[in-house]
Amino acid sequence: MIRLFRLDRASRAAPYQNDVGRPGAFPEHSPASPLSIHDLTVAYHRQPVIWDVDLEIPEGKLVGLIGPNGAGKSTLLKACLELVPVASGLVRVYGQPYSKRRELVGYVPQKESVDWDFPASTLDVVAMGGYHRLGWFRPVNKRCRAESMQALDRLGLSDLAHQQIGQLSGGQQQRAFLARALMQNAKLYLMDEPLAAVDAATETSIVELLREMKQRQKTCLIVHHDLATVTDYFDWIILLNMRVVAAGPTQEVFTQENLRKTYGGNLTILSAAADAVQNAGE
Amino acid sequence: MTELTWQTGDTWIVATGVVCAMACALIGNFLVLRRMSMMSDTISHAVLPGLAITFIVTESRAVVPMFVGAVLAGILTTVLTQWINRFGQVERGAVMGIVFTTFFAAGLLLIEQAGDRVDLDPKCVLFGALELTALDRINLSLGPYEITAPRALIVLSFALILNLLFVAVCYKELRISSFDPELATTLGFNAQIMHYLLMVLVAVTAVAAFEAVGSILVIAMLIVPGATAYLLTDRLGVMIAASMAIAAFCAASGHLATVVLPQWLPIKSVSTSGMMATLAGLVFLVTALFAPRHGVIARRRTKLKRKPWNSERKNSFPFDEKRTCA
Amino acid sequence: MTRTIATLLALGLLIAGRSPSGAAELEAPLPNSDNPAEFPPAAAPGFGEALWEILTLKNYNTRLVILSTSLMGAACGLIGGFLLLRKRSLMGDTLSHATLPGICLAFMFMVALGGNGKNLSGLLLGASLTGLLGCASVLVIRQLTRLKDDAAMGIVLSVFYGLGIVLLSIIQGLPQASAAGLQSFLYGKVASIIFADFIVIALVTVASIVGCVFLYKEFRMLCFDEVFAATQGWPVHLLDIVMLTLVAAVTVVGLQAVGLILVIAFLITPAAAARFWTHHLGAMLAIGALIGSLSGWLGTVLSSLFPRLPAGAVIVLTAAFFFLISMLFGPAKGVSIRLIRHRKLKRKIAKQHLLRAAYEWLEIHDAGQKPEPADNRTIPLESLLKARSWTPRSLQRQLRSAYNHALLERYDSTGLVLSEAGFRQAARATRNHRLWELYLIENAAIAPSHVDRDADTVEHILGEALTRELVKLLPARQSASLDAVPGSPHPLKRNDD
Repeated sequence: MIRLFRLDRASRAAPYQNDVGRPGAFPEHSPASPLSIHDLTVAYHRQPVIWDVDLEIPEGKLVGLIGPNGAGKSTLLKACLELVPVASGLVRVYGQPYSKRRELVGYVPQKESVDWDFPASTLDVVAMGGYHRLGWFRPVNKRCRAESMQALDRLGLSDLAHQQIGQLSGGQQQRAFLARALMQNAKLYLMDEPLAAVDAATETSIVELLREMKQRQKTCLIVHHDLATVTDYFDWIILLNMRVVAAGPTQEVFTQENLRKTYGGNLTILSAAADAVQNAGE
Repeated sequence: MTELTWQTGDTWIVATGVVCAMACALIGNFLVLRRMSMMSDTISHAVLPGLAITFIVTESRAVVPMFVGAVLAGILTTVLTQWINRFGQVERGAVMGIVFTTFFAAGLLLIEQAGDRVDLDPKCVLFGALELTALDRINLSLGPYEITAPRALIVLSFALILNLLFVAVCYKELRISSFDPELATTLGFNAQIMHYLLMVLVAVTAVAAFEAVGSILVIAMLIVPGATAYLLTDRLGVMIAASMAIAAFCAASGHLATVVLPQWLPIKSVSTSGMMATLAGLVFLVTALFAPRHGVIARRRTKLKRKPWNSERKNSFPFDEKRTCA
Repeated sequence: MTRTIATLLALGLLIAGRSPSGAAELEAPLPNSDNPAEFPPAAAPGFGEALWEILTLKNYNTRLVILSTSLMGAACGLIGGFLLLRKRSLMGDTLSHATLPGICLAFMFMVALGGNGKNLSGLLLGASLTGLLGCASVLVIRQLTRLKDDAAMGIVLSVFYGLGIVLLSIIQGLPQASAAGLQSFLYGKVASIIFADFIVIALVTVASIVGCVFLYKEFRMLCFDEVFAATQGWPVHLLDIVMLTLVAAVTVVGLQAVGLILVIAFLITPAAAARFWTHHLGAMLAIGALIGSLSGWLGTVLSSLFPRLPAGAVIVLTAAFFFLISMLFGPAKGVSIRLIRHRKLKRKIAKQHLLRAAYEWLEIHDAGQKPEPADNRTIPLESLLKARSWTPRSLQRQLRSAYNHALLERYDSTGLVLSEAGFRQAARATRNHRLWELYLIENAAIAPSHVDRDADTVEHILGEALTRELVKLLPARQSASLDAVPGSPHPLKRNDD
């Protein structure tokens, strides 16, 4: 409660103080933009983690959020979801604060964020995506269960529906989380490293699913770490290292120059990135 | 102003309390730093069956067997906790809860069964009897000197000296293994051995403090001064010194309060050990609010100062090279 | 379904407890025991008779006490399940210790109002209030200072308890009231449970069951993934408060049975034991409630049968016994079941290694011909011993096991002959192994998360289409049939040189 209170106050007070004297402080965001972030700063303890983020994400695109470890990628997602207190700035989901557009946003957290030893089946976990439609007190009904089965089916997990979640492999657990997000039936999806440490089959099926979602005009903001696949997977990317280094269509933004700015002197990653850029150019 | 009724007994009580609090606080610092505060809860409860068995077997209150029994019980708890945690795959906190209650229940059962043969009152287990320790004095001859002091004081002094020796000898190792156990292991200090040594000392201290403050209030003696000092400083040496000063202050003023309060209020008597814990809580509360850097108020202030729309600060915020180039 | 069973069970107990206790019995003389921790002596002439009397619930007091402790156990086991899964087990400990000042304050308050301070509901209300205050303090300390959970709990637990001790010592000095009743909260006092207490216990039990049934889905989500619940708009803090309130209610009621130091065992131990029996949350809660009420029942019976057995301690030890049994033999997660699974897996791997080694020997010694099942050649053990890190003894053991499974035609100390079935299995094991190797070679970069998987059924993991692709990639004899054994992707070593 304390956290929520502080958060509201911060987001209310921020824009007036923050943008005084800044030219173009309030660009007109089109109300259709699924996610617009304006001048967002987040601080843990006393250290700012992300700083002055200004973004507007286009509708119906797969957007990659890319940056080194500790660049604040997950924090940015969490700030959009009001899970961490925001020091200043505002986030708009389809032109409204997140708390008013919650049902339009699906979230896929990192796999490590939960205890997989929990006594629940895969179906139980996926059904959680539909809890908000059920409302208070009502138990999971047949319809919710059937929808969950459909979502599981789309990710090729229907055989494992009644397995305890701890018995799934890492990739299957990740897919179960995606199925749960599908159950939410949102328009904007925020995904925290859905492709981290998954096997080939899972990666293929997740990417397939993402493309299918894009065709249905869903917008996905995906934290990604593998520079080699960036050009394959994303239409639009955001390069983040505490600040936004660059954001835009992949072809324009994914340049060696921008990557060096993002990753600094990290040579191994840089050379890998340069290779990737070259491959993409060919 | 009412007159203070102070007797020699009071001096002995204060001395016992202060030594007890300091011995506990010293070792408690490392529990707080290693995030194992609740282990003190587990061990202090779990030494009860060790004590009870020793009493039943030896039918006396001889100090050495008592310590041996309690330390064995303490080690057994630590080992059991780790085993159930690993092999049973049960969450650590739950394992601690299960193990210590089982041990404590077994201890209670033994005490009840032994009945009159055991000079151990279940109520003493809960409150301690600091007021009575002053009466139970023994003679101790150290070379030419003959000292008459409360038994508990002597036992606690040994515990304090033992803890001081341990911390002095293993200061470096304790610091590194509290900060980063894995790093410590790679550097050749066995963090596991440090862990067990620490647990043994916690058990020894808990047993020594048992008569004085009972098995629950010893947690206050162990944890609260260390936690309070942790809010005051970032340096280990300072933290240890501060925690011991706080502990001594709480113990002394705790007894003072029990002498003074009945004169001011319509109260017959107040438990000294309970008062020590309550005062420690008060000191913690004040520190948590007003500590210079880590206090609640100070933290609020710095946050306000650092609000990014404070334009000067915003522009001067150091984007330090280390972070961007790492 | 399991939820309903638990509900019915508890309701059944409730009704059983209510029906025979008529209004006349309300005035039944209260047992007065000097030692509050001890059950009133059965005072029966013979042990057998005493046992009979207790088991048949003939004695009114026995019936009341046993039903009360069973109900408390059920309520604690149920809510304890959520507490355990929320990883707040020690929070329960903090809560129970923090009830002491509340009990004392409520007593003082009631005495100040002119009562005798022994009203149970009043005492329990005070206990819940400071118990919850303690929990809130832990959360506030964690949120506002740099101290972590453990230190916050240690501080709150011990300081609140210390304050309680101070208040208790003050009450003992009060001229007008005796505090004898209060001390019994420390170690429990099943003996002095009266019908009014029983009603309170039953109400709290029903409330906790109702709470768990209605908020089952909400609590499940909160315990599994708090962050996700928050993003869906569920009021996480409110749910936490409701859960802690339920915990506080059952804790405070449980105080009477086992006392405030041991009540945490009543909460956690049955729930932790139940986790070994099932992977289903509802079933786990029901089993937890069952184990809790069994411990309450058995503990009370035992303490009434033998002298000098404090009921609280016996209940806790009974629960610990159930935990031990569950940990060792629980069918879902128990230690022995996991050991058995592990050994089975080891045996299976060893069998596959043996069969594959045999098949590869045949492959080499048939000079490039595909081995046929009818060959019936004797495979020398010496070459097998070289193929793997087997000792002669372990090899003999595996041969015996394989022979018992009809995989070998015969074997002795020098060689073995595969049976028809053994040959088929050997061919299959070899094929799967080679496909697997190939998959790893082809997809080295992206496959690591699969390496530790059992390659037993390659198709199941990789899918039929991918398997077909792999078969095509294999160098030697490509066969149209998926079942044919492909050649090894790397040269085989002759071990008998």
